[in-house]
Amino acid sequence: MTNLILLPILVPLLAGIILIFFTKNIHLQRWLSGISSLATVVVSAFVLLKVRQDGIQTLALSSWEAPFGITLVSDMLSALLVFMASIISFACLIYSFRSIGEQRERFYYYSIFQFLLVGVNGAFTTGDIFNLFVFFEVMLMSSYVLLVLGGTKIQLRESIKYILVNIISSALFVVAVGYLYSIVGTLNMAHISQRVSEINQPGIITVIAVLFLIVFGLKGAIFPLFFWLPGSYNAPPAPVMAIFGALLTKVGIYSIMRTFTLLFPHDTGYTHQILSVMAILTIITGAIGAIAYWDIKKIIIYNIIVAVGVIAFGISVMSYDSLAGSVFYLIHDMNIKAALFLLVGIMIKITGTSNLRKISGLIAHYPGLGWTYFLAALTVAGIPPLSGFIGKVILVRSGFEEGHYWGAAIVLMSSLLVLFSVMKIFINGFWGEPKDYPEGKKVPVNQLMIAPVLLVIFAIFYGLGIEAVQPYISQAAETLSNPDIYINAVLKE
Amino acid sequence: MKINDVILQTATKLVLFVIILFSIHLFFAGHYYPGGGFIGGLMTAAAIVLLLLAFDLKTVAKILPFDFKKVTAIGLLFAVGTGAGALLFDAPFLTHAFTDAYLPLLGKTSLHTAVLFDIGVYLVVIGVTLTIIQTIGESE
Repeated sequence: MTNLILLPILVPLLAGIILIFFTKNIHLQRWLSGISSLATVVVSAFVLLKVRQDGIQTLALSSWEAPFGITLVSDMLSALLVFMASIISFACLIYSFRSIGEQRERFYYYSIFQFLLVGVNGAFTTGDIFNLFVFFEVMLMSSYVLLVLGGTKIQLRESIKYILVNIISSALFVVAVGYLYSIVGTLNMAHISQRVSEINQPGIITVIAVLFLIVFGLKGAIFPLFFWLPGSYNAPPAPVMAIFGALLTKVGIYSIMRTFTLLFPHDTGYTHQILSVMAILTIITGAIGAIAYWDIKKIIIYNIIVAVGVIAFGISVMSYDSLAGSVFYLIHDMNIKAALFLLVGIMIKITGTSNLRKISGLIAHYPGLGWTYFLAALTVAGIPPLSGFIGKVILVRSGFEEGHYWGAAIVLMSSLLVLFSVMKIFINGFWGEPKDYPEGKKVPVNQLMIAPVLLVIFAIFYGLGIEAVQPYISQAAETLSNPDIYINAVLKE
Repeated sequence: MKINDVILQTATKLVLFVIILFSIHLFFAGHYYPGGGFIGGLMTAAAIVLLLLAFDLKTVAKILPFDFKKVTAIGLLFAVGTGAGALLFDAPFLTHAFTDAYLPLLGKTSLHTAVLFDIGVYLVVIGVTLTIIQTIGESE
C-alpha cells in the first residue's frame, strides 16, 4: 500500500468533510467522529510498525519525484508523534461527548476537531517546508474556531490576541521561507539540507535559522515569545484546552527539532547556543508561573511552558542522547498534559470554579478522580517508575556529559518546582474538609473519567515498558542526529 | 420613501449572465491560459453578490435555494475525492490521469482529472464567499 503514511491525514480529512453534512444530527456526528478517530489511531499504529520494520517511509504526492513534488516523509519521530496525536485526540473526543454541550456540537465542533487533527498530523508528516506552513495554517485556523466557538466574552477577547499573534508569526514564517528559497532555490526539506551543507551554512543561513527559531518559538511558546499562551489557553472548554496543550505547542517544538537537526546543523555554535539560553529561560519562567498561581488551569498551562523549555534544551545540546531524551520527553509530555487538562476540567465541572482556594476535600466524594490525579501529578514531575522519569534522566545526563552544567541543573531543579505546583493542587484541592459546591453533593463524573484514565494508564505503561519503547526512540534519535539518513531516504541516491 | 431601483435591477439581469459566462470561461481556460478554479469561483460568487445588491437576501435565497455550507462540503469532497481516487489504482495520492477523447460537438477534447479537482476548488470558493456574505448580511 503506497499511500499508507497518508492515511492518518486522509481519514480525519474525509471525516471532517462528511461531518459538515450532518450538523443537526448529533448522535450521528458522535458516532462518525468516534469511528474515524479510532480508525486514525489504527492506521497511525500501522504506520508506526511499518517505519519500525522498513525504516523511513516516503510518499511522492502526485507521482512527482522528490525535489520537484511534495514529499510526505514519515521517519520514526513523525510516526511516533502522529500516533500520539491520534491517541490524544481520540481521548479528547470521547471526553467531548460528555462535556462539550449541544450548543457547540451543533455548530461544527466535531468537524473542526477533525480538521485540527488533519493539520497536526500533516505538519508532523510533511517533508516540504512550504507544505509545513500550509498544514500549520490548517491547524491554526481550526484552533481559532475551536477557541472562539461558544462565543463567551473571555473566548472572544483571548481569540483576538491569539489570532493576532499567530497571523504575525505566520507572516514571518512566509518571509523566512521566502528568504530561504531565494538562497537555496528549493523547498523540499531534504534538498534544502543538502544545499545548505554544500554552501556550508554562511552567515545569511544562520540569520534565517534564527528567523525560523522566532517563528517556531512563537508557535511553540518559548521565552520570550510565550506571552500569548497563558491567556489564550485559559479561555476554551476543557477538551479543547487539552488538545491545544497537548498538540499545538508540540508542533512548534517538532518544527524546531526538524529544522535545527535537518536544515541548520552546520553552525551549531551560534544558533544552538541561542536556543539553549532561550530554553533555560523558558524553564525558569514556566516554573515561576506554575508556582505563582492559585488557579488550577493556569498552573497546568505554565507547566506546558516548562516542558517546552525542557524539550528545547534537549534539542540545543544536539547529541544523540539528548535528542533521544527530548523525543522521550516530548511523547510523555503530550500524553500527560492532555490527561492533566482533562482532570482539571473535571475538577472545574464539579466545583464550578478554577480558584484553588475555593476547592478542598474533593477526595472524600471522588476518590477515583483524586488518585488518578495523584498518579498524573507524579508522572509529570518524573518520579521513577512513571513515564516522566527516563526522558529527563537521559536529558540531564547528556547535558552534563556535553558540558551544559547550568542547563542540566536547571532541568533537574525544575522537576522539583513542577512537583510542587501540581502537588499544590492535590494537597489543597483534594485533602481537607469537603465543601458544598453549587452543583450539589455528587456530580456524575464516571463517563468523563474514561479518557483521562486511559491516558494515565498509557503513561504508566510508557514508563514501565521502557525496554519495549526504547528501540523506537533510538531509531528516531538516530535519524535526528544523522540527517544523511533522512536525505538519502527522500532523495534516493 | 420607497426607492425605485428598476435601472439597477434591469441592468443586473443582463450583466449577470455575462459575468457568469466569463467566470465559466475563466474556469475552463485554467489549464492553458490564466484562470482556474479560484478566480472562476470568485467571479461566479461576485455575480451572485451583484444579485444580492440589486435584490435582497430572501429573493436570492429563493432563486438559489442552496445551503452554501454544503456547497463548500461538496466542493471539498470533489477535491479530496479526486486525490483519493488515485488510491484505488495504488498510485500516490493526487496522481492525475488524462486522456484525449472525441466528443460530439466539441471534437477532440483532452479530459483531465485535474478539472474535477478544480471543480472542487470552484465550489469551495463559491460556498465560502457566499456563506461569509450571507452570514454577515443576515446578522443584526
